[in-house]
Amino acid sequence: MEYLKAFIVGGIICAIGQVFIDKTKLTPARILVGFVVSGVILSALGFYEPLVEFAGAGATVPLSGFGHSLAKGVRAAVADKGFLGAFTGGLSATAGGITAAIVFGFIIAVFFKPKDK
Amino acid sequence: MAHKIGKQTLIIDGVVGIRSSAAVGSKKEGEGPLGKDFDIINDDSRFGEKTWEKAESKMQELACWKALKKAEAEMKDVDFIFAGDLLNQCIASAFSARGSKVPYIGLYGACSTFAEAVGLSAVFADSAAKNCLAVASSHFCSAERQYRFPLEYGGQRPPSAQWTATAAGAALVSKEEGFPFVKAVTFGTVEDFGINDQNNMGAAMAPAAAETLSQFFKDTYTDPEDYDLIVTGDLGFVGANLMKELMGRKGFPLGENYSDCGLMLYDREKQQVESGASGCGCSASVLSGHVIPMLRDGMLKSVLALSTGALMSPTSVQQGETIPGVAHLVCFSSEKGGIF
Amino acid sequence: MSLSSDEYKKMGEAAVPKTKCFRNLSGAFLIGGTICLIGQFVLNFYLDAGLSTPNASAACSMTLIAFSAVLTGFGVYDKIAKFGGGGTLVPITGFANAVVSPAMEFKSEGFVLGLGVKIFTIAGPVIVYGVLASVAYGIIYWILKIM
Repeated sequence: MEYLKAFIVGGIICAIGQVFIDKTKLTPARILVGFVVSGVILSALGFYEPLVEFAGAGATVPLSGFGHSLAKGVRAAVADKGFLGAFTGGLSATAGGITAAIVFGFIIAVFFKPKDK
Repeated sequence: MAHKIGKQTLIIDGVVGIRSSAAVGSKKEGEGPLGKDFDIINDDSRFGEKTWEKAESKMQELACWKALKKAEAEMKDVDFIFAGDLLNQCIASAFSARGSKVPYIGLYGACSTFAEAVGLSAVFADSAAKNCLAVASSHFCSAERQYRFPLEYGGQRPPSAQWTATAAGAALVSKEEGFPFVKAVTFGTVEDFGINDQNNMGAAMAPAAAETLSQFFKDTYTDPEDYDLIVTGDLGFVGANLMKELMGRKGFPLGENYSDCGLMLYDREKQQVESGASGCGCSASVLSGHVIPMLRDGMLKSVLALSTGALMSPTSVQQGETIPGVAHLVCFSSEKGGIF
Repeated sequence: MSLSSDEYKKMGEAAVPKTKCFRNLSGAFLIGGTICLIGQFVLNFYLDAGLSTPNASAACSMTLIAFSAVLTGFGVYDKIAKFGGGGTLVPITGFANAVVSPAMEFKSEGFVLGLGVKIFTIAGPVIVYGVLASVAYGIIYWILKIM
């Protein structure tokens, strides 16, 4: 059941992205920015956490979940350290993902060449 | 010496012909409907080079080499090279010409470059020059990384998008030699109808093509039916349909004799190129490898070839500018005497 | 003929073949759903291995990023994306693809000026605006808390 929920909720969030691709002239980077910022806002308003509890990875794997992690990190850091936390919370909570992207990006780039299409 | 008639058409008065032409392509072009018309197909689109930019230069070199070989000429017989491509600062052309020791005139007309180069070559050959080499190229991979996304980036292409041809074409344009003949050239004006969608270049270029073509008909008092073939450079499915509509509105409806290189190079159904081919290499290779040889074989008697260019850069698109287009026309004929 | 540019824009849009919306939507749903499903498997694996929820969640993201990086390296991710569209763009794997692909592409301009400069050419705005939004939220949250 947990898996089915992840599949369906994740699928729906991605399908929303597809609507933006097909129906607007937004570039992929703009769509991604939209998802992350929406994730931060939805999380701030308290809507995203219940979605994560319901759908698990279905809500955390899409980039809106990345926004949720940023917001959650900030919330915890502000509670802990006060004003300073507003600056440290976001990136601390998402450091793993960003670092992994840099590290694997570098390693893959060292060993692979882009192919013709 | 060429002289101007009407508003912007140059009539080539002397005898100027295409001594030889050659087309170079890669795997996808070889698998297309015109695959057998290419002189050189290299399945490795890197052409043995380290970077895509060098590969593109290599294609130009190969196209020039093959065209000269067919004419039994040498690089030292060439008076001027007119060459262009899509890369920043036209590096593919400049780098391929750097070994030639021939005066080099670099051109940027986006995808309109081949007709621009052939047109200028013809005008030069009609005055002081004997042999001019017109070359243009594009490479899917070097164009993608400069204008769009990295090759391995996963994205979907909208149905109006076009596929940059990995191809080069070269033509040796000579005074009093060669066949078919270049009879007239019309260099086009820059036209902008407010299209700002980078994925719909066909629509951005169609008004320029229609403007140049209709101006040519007005200048020469001829009609679309007077020619066996009217072929645009890379308007693709979307742009070619708009072209027909625009020409109809201008009072020069195009019939069955109209086609577009962007629709000829690939099989749109099977090769996933959406609206069709694009890039300088598209019209350069289709004209050099397919249309000019058909004229030479007598299958066509008179042809109007237009190359069409979208004059944008990544910077102008990001700054929200619209995309102007330009189109240049070359009139080929198998008649030696004057036809206008 | 006097054709206004508004008129021409309408003609231009009408000439474009329709996008296959249903096909694209189902592709995005299936591929996106499947990536999240795999994410759930990975998450459960880490939870079963005894990691705390936040740690398991971070490890899950990193695993998916590694997975996507390898698929990008082998030239497979963009092929899935042709079918998946939003389904490959929106998940964290799409973010990884947006980091790895320019790193590979621009290595030819050198490790520092090519790879180093261009690695965030697509994904950079995601981090910039994500961080800005989170800081804005943090400050608002702090003000509400001390009031």
